[in-house]
Amino acid sequence: MAETLAFYTLSVLILGLAVLVVTAKNTVHSVLFLVINFLCVAMLYVVLEAEFLAVIQVLVYAGGIVVLYLFVVMLVNLKREPEAHQDPRRLSAIGLGLAGAVLLELAGIVVYTYGQDPSTPLAAAAPSPVMGNVEELGWLLYTQYLIPFELASVLLLVAMVGAIVLARREL
Amino acid sequence: MIDTVVIPLLKIAVLLNAVLVSVTFMTLLERKVIAWAQSRLGPMRVGPYGVLQAVADPIKLILKEDITPAKADKWMFTLAPILSLVPALIVFSVVPFGPDPLYYITDINVGLLFIISVTSIGVYGIILAGWASNSKYPLLASLRASAQLISYEIAVTMTLVSVILTSGTLSMVGIVEAQQETGLWFGFVQPVAFVLVLIGGLAETNRAPFDMPEAEQELTGGFHTEYSGMRFALFFLAEYANMIVISAVVTVLFWGGWLRPFPSVDALAFLDLIPSWIWFFGKMFVFLYLFIWIRATLPRYRYDQLMRIGWKVLIPIAIANVVVTAILKVWL
Repeated sequence: MAETLAFYTLSVLILGLAVLVVTAKNTVHSVLFLVINFLCVAMLYVVLEAEFLAVIQVLVYAGGIVVLYLFVVMLVNLKREPEAHQDPRRLSAIGLGLAGAVLLELAGIVVYTYGQDPSTPLAAAAPSPVMGNVEELGWLLYTQYLIPFELASVLLLVAMVGAIVLARREL
Repeated sequence: MIDTVVIPLLKIAVLLNAVLVSVTFMTLLERKVIAWAQSRLGPMRVGPYGVLQAVADPIKLILKEDITPAKADKWMFTLAPILSLVPALIVFSVVPFGPDPLYYITDINVGLLFIISVTSIGVYGIILAGWASNSKYPLLASLRASAQLISYEIAVTMTLVSVILTSGTLSMVGIVEAQQETGLWFGFVQPVAFVLVLIGGLAETNRAPFDMPEAEQELTGGFHTEYSGMRFALFFLAEYANMIVISAVVTVLFWGGWLRPFPSVDALAFLDLIPSWIWFFGKMFVFLYLFIWIRATLPRYRYDQLMRIGWKVLIPIAIANVVVTAILKVWL
C-alpha cells in the first residue's frame, strides 16, 4: 500500500517536473527542475530497494552531469537569438518523426510486456555466491554482463577521445 | 512506533543541535588558534577569554539587515544558502559515533557512497549563489568554485575506491569493524589514500590553501559577496559543517572511528575504559585543529596551480593507488 502510494506520488512528481524542465522560461530554472527530477528518480529506486542505483543516480547525474549543464548554461550567452543553423525549429519534420518513432517504440515495449504470460519466470540469473545489493550487482556485471560492461567503457573512452580531438584541432 | 519514529527523531534533533553548536564554537576556535599562531590574543572582550563571542556572533548575524539585490533571482537567492547547508547536515545520518546503534542514526549498506553523493549536491548552493546574485564577481567565483569542487571530487572518490577495496564494504559501521578485525587503522594500511583524502577534503570544503571561491583580493569576497545577515550566516555554517563532516569521515575511514589506538595490542586494553564516542570526538577534533592550523600556515594557491595539482597530481596518484591496492588484495 505504502509502496504503491510512493510510486504514484513520485511518478506524478517526475512527470510534472519533466514538463517543467521543457516549459521553464529561464534555462537555469529548467536545469534545476532537471536536478529535482533526477532526485525523484533516485527516490523511486529506493522504493524499489535498489539503493546502490539510487546513490549512483544522485552521484553521477544530479551531482556530476547536471553541474556541468549548469556550467555550460551560465557560460554560454543565451540571450542571443539562435543562429540559423541551430534554430531548434529548423528541421521540425524530422523532429516530429523521431518523437513519433520513440513513442511507437515505448508503446511497443508496453504492449509486449503486458502481453507476456505472467506465469513464465524471468530469465534465471546464475546463482551468485555473494550477498547484498552492491555485491550482487558487481558479481553480475563481471560475470553475466561482462561484455556489455566492457563495451560501455570503450564507448565512454571513444567519446572522451572524440571530445579532446574536437577541442584541439591542431593535435 | 517508539523505536522507529521517536528515538530516531530524538537522535536527529540532538545531532543537528550538536553540529550547529559546535559550528559556532568552531568559529571561535578558528579565530583563537589563528590569533595564537600570529602572536595575537584574538577575541577577548565578550566573556572570559572571549568565550561568549561564539554566542554574540550568531545574534549579530540574525539581527542584521538581510538584503536581496534588486536584480537578483529572489527564489534562487534564498534557495542557494539552504542548498549548501542541508547536504552537509544530511551526511551525519550515516556517521557512526560508536559501535552501539544508539550512537548512529542509521547504517545503510551503501553508506560511504551515500556520503559522496550527498556532498556532491552541495556544489549547487555555491553555483546558484553566484548566479542568482546577478553580479560579476560572485558569478566568477562560483564558476571557479564549481570547477574546483568537481575536479577534487573525482580525486577523492577515486581514492575512496581503494579504501572500499581494503575494507570490502561500503557501510560506515562495517568499515570501522573491518579495521577492528585487521587490528590496524586504515591510515596505516592506506597512507597514500589518507593524505589524498585530507588534501581533497581541504579543497572540497573551500578551505585554505584552496579557498579559491572566496579569494577576497581577486573576487571582492567570493560567491557570497551579495549576501548579508542570516543568509550569509548559512554559508558560514555550511563551510564549518562541511569541515566537521570531512573530519568525521576521515576519522571513520582512516583513524578507526570509535576504536582506540592499536586495537590489536592487548597491553593497551586499559584505553577501552574511555568511552568510544570520546575517542571519536577526540580524533575529529585533531582534524578540525589541523584544518585551522593549515589555514594559519599555508598561503593560497593560484587557480592554475590548484587545477594542476588536482588533475595532474592527485588523480593519477589516486588511480595508481587503486591499481596497487587491487593487485595486493588479489595476491595477499
